[in-house]
Amino acid sequence: MRSMCARVVLAGMFAAAAALLLSACGSDSEGTIRIYTGRHYDLETAFRQFSSEFNVHIEFLEGSDAELRERIEAEGEDTQADIYMTVDAGNLATAAAAGIFAPLNSDTLENAIPAELRDPDGYWVALSARVRTIAYSTERLSPDEVPTTYEELASPEWEGRVCLRNSSNTYTQSLVASLIGNLGYGEALSVVEGWADNADIMSNDVIALNSIRDNRCDAAIVNHYYLARELDEDPTYPVGLVWANQGGRGAHVNISGAGITKHADDPELALMLLEWLATDGQNAFVDGNNEYPVNPAVEPESLIAAEFGETFVRDQLNAAEFGALNADAVRLLDEAGYE
Amino acid sequence: MPMQSASSTKPATSDLTGSSVKRTRADRVSQRIWPSSALLLAALVVIPIGFLAISVIRPNGEVWRQQWETRLPGQLVDTAVLLVGVSIGTLVLGSSLAWLVSAYRFWGSRAFGWLLIAPLAMPSYVLGFMTLSVFGFTGPIQNRWRDWFGHDAWFPEVESMGGAIVVFTFVLYPYVFLLARAALADQAGRAYDAARSLGAGPVEAARRVVLPLLRPALAAGAAVAMMETLTDFATVQYFGVDTVSVGVFRIWRGTFDRDAASEFATLVLVVALMIIGLERVLRGRARFGEAAGAAAGLGPKRLSGAKAWGAFAACALVLLLAFLAPTMQLASWAYGEVTGPRGTPNTERFFEYLLNSLELATVTAIVCVLCALLITNGSRFSRGRTAGVSARLTAVGYAVPGPVVAMGVVLALVALDDVLEGAGLGLPGVVATGSFIGLVYAYSIRFLAPGLNAIEAGMGQVPEEVTASGRSLGARPREVARRIHIPLARTSILTGAVLVAVDAVKELPIALLLRPIGFNTLPIWTYSLATESRYEQAALPALAIIVLAMIPVALLSRQLSREADAR
Repeated sequence: MRSMCARVVLAGMFAAAAALLLSACGSDSEGTIRIYTGRHYDLETAFRQFSSEFNVHIEFLEGSDAELRERIEAEGEDTQADIYMTVDAGNLATAAAAGIFAPLNSDTLENAIPAELRDPDGYWVALSARVRTIAYSTERLSPDEVPTTYEELASPEWEGRVCLRNSSNTYTQSLVASLIGNLGYGEALSVVEGWADNADIMSNDVIALNSIRDNRCDAAIVNHYYLARELDEDPTYPVGLVWANQGGRGAHVNISGAGITKHADDPELALMLLEWLATDGQNAFVDGNNEYPVNPAVEPESLIAAEFGETFVRDQLNAAEFGALNADAVRLLDEAGYE
Repeated sequence: MPMQSASSTKPATSDLTGSSVKRTRADRVSQRIWPSSALLLAALVVIPIGFLAISVIRPNGEVWRQQWETRLPGQLVDTAVLLVGVSIGTLVLGSSLAWLVSAYRFWGSRAFGWLLIAPLAMPSYVLGFMTLSVFGFTGPIQNRWRDWFGHDAWFPEVESMGGAIVVFTFVLYPYVFLLARAALADQAGRAYDAARSLGAGPVEAARRVVLPLLRPALAAGAAVAMMETLTDFATVQYFGVDTVSVGVFRIWRGTFDRDAASEFATLVLVVALMIIGLERVLRGRARFGEAAGAAAGLGPKRLSGAKAWGAFAACALVLLLAFLAPTMQLASWAYGEVTGPRGTPNTERFFEYLLNSLELATVTAIVCVLCALLITNGSRFSRGRTAGVSARLTAVGYAVPGPVVAMGVVLALVALDDVLEGAGLGLPGVVATGSFIGLVYAYSIRFLAPGLNAIEAGMGQVPEEVTASGRSLGARPREVARRIHIPLARTSILTGAVLVAVDAVKELPIALLLRPIGFNTLPIWTYSLATESRYEQAALPALAIIVLAMIPVALLSRQLSREADAR
């Protein structure tokens, strides 16, 4: 019986190996770029355009930011990843510190993307901007009642009226990291403690927005594109957006960004793709998910431009800085008793 | 997660190992080969997890102290409450439904006997996001409720511990149901009839005779449900429940500290060991099932009138809530998306994803069954405890969350690759991490335990005497295995394969971390949409998972109803 088992197992392994080889030899384009990405939705539009324009084959491995980074690290020089792309700054900063990136050295990228949205050491760049700001009920709040700062939502008058996302979420962690970077640990802690006292904690931004619609809370902190998506489906959706802290440091901008791995097979080709995404491909890359371009020369897509506006004060804290503070943010959230 | 293994009551084994007949050289070889193969398999399961657990040797005191002062006590409480709640829920629901369909005949009772297994095909993360979307504060039900009764009308909080317990109970009760029903069809049922005929009332007979006999099955079923709940980290987060598994991922993904996360994963392992220990205690010395032979089982009583309707309604309600309603809601969303302007991304690659999932589940089921056969036969044919201990060690893969297994496999394969390279035999490219073989390896580590336990249960019903007769007539162990054990245990082999396949079809985190580039499964497709809160677009892939998982579930149902007919 064992020899039969062995034969079946061996046959299975051969079949798997053959399938692997076949899939590896499948493309006959000029080059192939392989991207490990924590970004999921609407990847295809931009990359399909690039593929056909430059006759390059692009393959994806979708996953969660942290695990993909671990995988690239473990694969070492065997890694297939040419580009590592994330939906937050923390994992990019950690990846750079772990030494998985090669420096980008690109004038095109430096000219296209403002300094606060690039790694100061030049290992990665932001490719799209997602503003984490305040949403409010247009039905129940008069203009002078609309909260205008993150800190305001921590004050007692907002008790039981605000919906926030849980602390396991990257966006929450990143916002808190930016508070630490701007205010210092102690002051950030008291803000987050205030939030924890006031808030209903939600498992995602869409539920937080719908909770405003359904009168569970009057305000929430969300990524702007979730509201754009709701407004796209229903222009009368009774929730408005206000850019936070416009009188001060500005609204927190988190990023989706990427870098080129140290062991990339074809770093020039990968760089060409990143440069294209930061310039000619910006609209194709950010529009589908209603994100803001990182390239100031590129116009945001019409819905968010009309609904939310094109210009606002952005928090200038470098993405690398709040990225590096992410672990502190998690500890602070724990300490504050924020769910 | 050891269920009903029979190894504890093994009689003197000298007859089984063939020492009563003239020992040949082949015998002596097989005497060593069986246990050492079992041990090798156990090592293959344990090593990757050991790679992570090793970090506990030098614990990061700072992280533990910080966690202990903040979230850890709450996580331990949440974990305990959730596990107790889910075990009570699955026990009550699973055993009472099993009792209804076994002890009574009413309209649809036979059909319910297999229909009620269907929720096995429902991934908990899918039922989780469905429940929130439909019953949550912002869902249609509560909005209608508020329209009727005013904004402040009371409605149970869905995003809560209670909500999580209900969802896990609905997807996991079939484990208890399956085992309880099998036990009732067997000796427990006969004992009930005997007790009744001796004058005991139905309640007394159930309490004093059936429950003790059902205990091993109930303990085993509830233990599986608890393990599945313990290692989940996605569904619980929908409901704001903060378990130790969630803690592992907060540390890993939030503070980027894999070592600290691994240390926390050992905490999950400790809780799992407690569940296993509890199951052992509850099972006691009892053996589940009897020696082979047609057991008469329970003589079902025909219900009529209101009682029949009540029984029907109870079964129908559970089936509706746990399976039919969510599936129909998914179907309606999927239809809306497919025919609507937005569409579900990547629909054109549907069949590719479907085939990948099918291939992965099939190969994993085959590998796990082969390993389980090797281990169970190994413990039959060998003296000493090596094979038995090996069998217990393989439970470790089922006792930690999927991503922990996956990361362990990455580290182990990379280490292997380094060793081979040192010996001048480098593996080509990324065979180490991004390969189908690595993926099947990790899946098998994770799901060997459920398959093994089912097959052990079947082997436990093959009397030791049968093995001994085969051996004394001169058959070699592998002939005995092939010609006697496998045919006799084939139902349980099918059951084991089915349990592995169903879990493998639904598995997400391992594939997410370990799959080859370009190789996507149905759960990954679902994840990439659900993680962006695009639940309606995720309906089509989620529905496809359920349909695919229904294939093994239906196979199992058919087998079970055949057996029932044969009685």
